[in-house]
Order: sequence, then C-alpha cells, then structure tokens
Amino acid sequence: MNKNSNDYNLEKLTFYSNLISYSLCFIVLILYFSFILIIGFKPEIFHKTLPNSSITYGIFSGLFIIIISVFLTFIYVLLSNLFLDKLKK
Amino acid sequence: MKLYLFLTLLIFPFSVMASESSSKNFAALVFGIFVFITLLITYFASKKNFNKSNYYAAGGKISGFQNGLAIAGDYMSAASFLGISGLVFFSGFDGLIYSIGFLVGWPIILFLIAEKLKNLGKYTFADVTSTRLKQSKIRILSASGTLVTVIFYLIAQMVGAGSLIQILFGLPYYYAIWIVGLLMIIYVSFGGMIATTWVQIIKAILLILGATALAVMVLNDYSFSIGKLLEEASNVHPEKKSILYPGQLITDPISAISLGVALIFGTAGLPHILMRFFTVPDAKSSRISAFYATTFIGYFYILTFVIGFGAIIFLTDNNSYMDTNNNLIGSNNMAAIHLSHALGGDIFLGFISAVAFATILAVVSGLTLAGASAIGRDLYVFVIKKGKSDEKKEILVSKISSVFLGIIAIILGIIFEGQNVAFMVGLAFAVAASTNFPILFLTISWKNLTTNGAMYGGFIGLFSALIFVFLGPMVWVETLGFEDAIFPFKYPGLFSMSISFFSIITISLIDKKNKDEKKFKELTKKSYLGSK
Repeated sequence: MNKNSNDYNLEKLTFYSNLISYSLCFIVLILYFSFILIIGFKPEIFHKTLPNSSITYGIFSGLFIIIISVFLTFIYVLLSNLFLDKLKK
Repeated sequence: MKLYLFLTLLIFPFSVMASESSSKNFAALVFGIFVFITLLITYFASKKNFNKSNYYAAGGKISGFQNGLAIAGDYMSAASFLGISGLVFFSGFDGLIYSIGFLVGWPIILFLIAEKLKNLGKYTFADVTSTRLKQSKIRILSASGTLVTVIFYLIAQMVGAGSLIQILFGLPYYYAIWIVGLLMIIYVSFGGMIATTWVQIIKAILLILGATALAVMVLNDYSFSIGKLLEEASNVHPEKKSILYPGQLITDPISAISLGVALIFGTAGLPHILMRFFTVPDAKSSRISAFYATTFIGYFYILTFVIGFGAIIFLTDNNSYMDTNNNLIGSNNMAAIHLSHALGGDIFLGFISAVAFATILAVVSGLTLAGASAIGRDLYVFVIKKGKSDEKKEILVSKISSVFLGIIAIILGIIFEGQNVAFMVGLAFAVAASTNFPILFLTISWKNLTTNGAMYGGFIGLFSALIFVFLGPMVWVETLGFEDAIFPFKYPGLFSMSISFFSIITISLIDKKNKDEKKFKELTKKSYLGSK
C-alpha cells in the first residue's frame, strides 16, 4: 500500500467514527438535558399519567432514558464491530 | 506472617459478632467467605505480581465481559445502592433523577473515550495525555486531579462505611474503619490490579444477585407490574401521588443542569474507572467492557428504583423499621436493608448486609489503586525521576503509596466521623469533570491544545471546583455555619467545567507557537488503530 491510500482510509475511518460517536452522544445528551430542563422549568408536564395506569410521564421518561442509553451503547457496539472495524484493516 | 495476618482478619469479624442475632452471624459468615476468597486470590496474585503490567493492568488479560462486571463493581457503590434506594423511599421520583445522571455518563464514555484510552495509554490516563504533551508538566496536573478526586471520594466512602457497618454489624465505628482500611491495603499492595479486579467482579455479581432477589420479591406481590407497584406505593406514602413526579430535589434549573454536567462528565473523568480500560487486551474488548458496564449499571439502577418503591410499601407504618417520628431506624440509607429483612427474614438481611460491606471494600480498593498509581507512576517515575527508573522501584513506590493512602484514609475516616460528607462525593465528581475530563477529551480531539494550555487551564479548573464547593451552600453554610453562601449553587460542575474548558482553550491559543500538529496527527492515527 502506498502512503496516500493509507491516509485516505484513516480519514474515512475518522469521519465515520466521529459521525457515529458524536451523533449518538448528541442523542443521549439531548434526551437527558430535556428531562432535566422539564423538571427545572415545567415539572407539570411530568404529572400526567399514562392512560389506565399509575405510571406518570416523569417515571416513564426516566426509565425510558435508562433503557435507551443501554440500547444506544448496543447500537454503537454493533456499528463498530460490523462497520468501523472493517475500515481499520 | 502474611498468612497469620490473613487469618486474624478472617476470624476477627466472627469473634466480635458472636453474641449478636442470627442475621448478624449470617452476615459475618457471608462476609467472612467473601474475605477468605478475595484474600486467597490476593495471595495467588501476589506470587506473580512482579511486573508493571500485572500490577497496574492485570497483565491486560481481563476479558471485555469480566471488565464490564469489574467496572460496574467499581461504580455501584454502597452510596448508590443504599443511598438511591433510600432517596426513592423518601421522595420517590427524585431518587430517579440521581440514578439517571449516574447512568448517562456511561454511553458518553463508550462513544468518546473508551477505545481511544486503550489505544493510547498503558496504565494511567496520564499516559494518554502525555503521548502528545510534555511528560512532567502534564503528569503533575493529572496526578493532582487523580489524587484530589481519589482522596475526597475515599473519605466519603470511609465515613459512610464506618457508620453503615456500625448499624449493620453492631461493630464500633473505629473497628469498621480499620477492617476496611487494612483489607484494602492488603488487596492493593499485595494483589495489585489482578486482586482488585477480582474483588470487583465478585462483589458486582453478589450485589446484582442480591438486588435482583430483592426486586423480584417486591414485584412478585404486584404480578410484576410497575404500574400496580407505583399505585400501591402512592396510596401508602404520606405524600401520596406527589412521589410520582418531580418534588423538592430540583427547584432551580441551573442547579439541575450543573448537577447533570458534573455527574455525566465527572464519571468520564474518574481515575479508578478510566484505569479499568487498560486491563483488557485491545480496544475492541475495551468497547465491549463499556457496553456490559452500561448494561449492568442501567439494570442495577432500575432495581434500586423498584427496591425504593417496594420499601415504601413494606416499611411505611411498620414499627419494626420506623421510629415514632416516622423515620427509618438507623438512618436514611437503611431502606434497602430493612426491606431485605421484611421480605426475606434474618438470613436475607444477613446476606444483603454482607453484600453492602463487600461493596464498600471493593470501591475503596479501586480508588486506592488509582491513587497509588498516580503517585508511583506519574509523580515518582515521570516527574521526580524524569522517566528513568527501573520497574522494581516503580512498583515498590506504588505499593508504599497504597499503604500510605490506606493509612490516610483510615485517619481521615476517623477524623470525619459523624460529619456530613455528602459534599465530598459531589466535589470528587466536580474535580473529575473540571480537570481530568477536559484535558483527556481535548488531548484526544483538539489539534491546537498545548502543554501550557492543558496544565494551567487544568489547574484553574481544579481550583475553581474546589473554591466553588468551599464557598457554596454545602461547606460555607452547612459545615462552617455562615449565613449566606458566597457561591450560590450547590453543584459547581457547570461553572467549573466551563471555566476549565475556556482557560485551556484560551491559553493554548495564546501559546500557539508551542503547538505540535505532527504529534496530534500521530496521536489521531494511534487512537484509532492502536500501536500496530
């Protein structure tokens, strides 16, 4: 391999890797800080309950953020293992 | 001699507790078995512990799954198990705010730093920053950030441990501090990272099993429906439905955001957590370990949520667990412990108590090892000896440092008995978020960073976190007794971290003649591909 194609591959890897990392980061931070901002500014939103249940929007979104965080780490591992790792070869 | 020490430590808890009730005997038995197994592992680890790689990083032989468990073990402290379930017991929803903050740092660690740490560093996170910045300057900063974080976190854990063990086992405060202190010194100085890792793994398994059993017993009565559980809890709790939505914890949005920032980015700057990413063979295992860690920690926080609401149902108005003023007997942190007795009797209470003790022990060991590595490797080898030291001496200094840190932890644990040390955990997270995380993140991702920028900016971040906490409501008003706080917010994370990033960036830009783009390019390549 000559040097240029190596550089090109590294650039491609850096680009996709940053794209994946920062987008997923962004999703997590947006979800979390919306949750916190609702608690800070408009807590009434979280008083409502889901239909026919005692689960409030607040508790639902809290548990949802925990589950989605775990799910997004799974997505990241999947994308890295199946896609990014191939670019490293 | 070593064996003798092992045996006395083992027999000690039994002899003290022989006269107590059956739950305490059972707790002592479970804890005794835990100590016996972990000391055995320490003994075997000590036999092959004579190189750096084994001592700091368990030879890089821990698998991704094992390391995921060990990280979860390091992170799920007694404070999160007992503290958060206690908080849910008292105020319902508000407890959830904390657990989410503690969890959300994890995906961020995985997405931004887990793999790059492994590719760039060997044993401490300062290895990463010094791949492109000047060794001695940046290691002084990293070691200071590590030691401040470790010491405050240690004090909080020790004081919590002492009072908790007092309640759980009926042992005097001082005995508890000494047992925890001595055991952690033995694990870390004789067993290094190998023993510390296995202590974490065993503890994580015990804690997850115990918490799962507790949650299943709670949910079993409500046909595994969270809705029914919440409904019953809100019928029983004195504050009724209001426990199901935001309450008193967060009243102003700025504090809320600041707390969130400290929790998320502080987690990504905790030295004992960062160090765990060096114990796996490659970046892929590092990635996998962060994934498993997030999964276990997320699952664990859902359990503490169920346990807290379960405690509301089973403990409220029950005078075996509540005193006449409607407070939990013991302390606010006893909800999960009392619940284990209410649902599983003496034996289960004993098991959960022993697990809580093991949890404390494991967390302080991880902290001590991180602190000892900062002294032995970052300060001794690279600052004092300018990188010229042989391996044996380096390990010896690290081992002596672990003994020294252990003794400091014991002394401070005794000095701070009965003090409110909650602010120290907050302080540890604020420093981690304002010093360790910014320099690590900018080292990996910003091409204009210079050594001077990182060092001076990092120290400005470190001191602003310390000063804001000191002048804030938790120390200035609650501890020192002044009327009004000079710095109005309880959690300084947002401010100290912004100051840190701002200073590092400004100083680096002024100092641009010292920037080294070639090194940054090399670092970028290495951060993706490793050293191959």
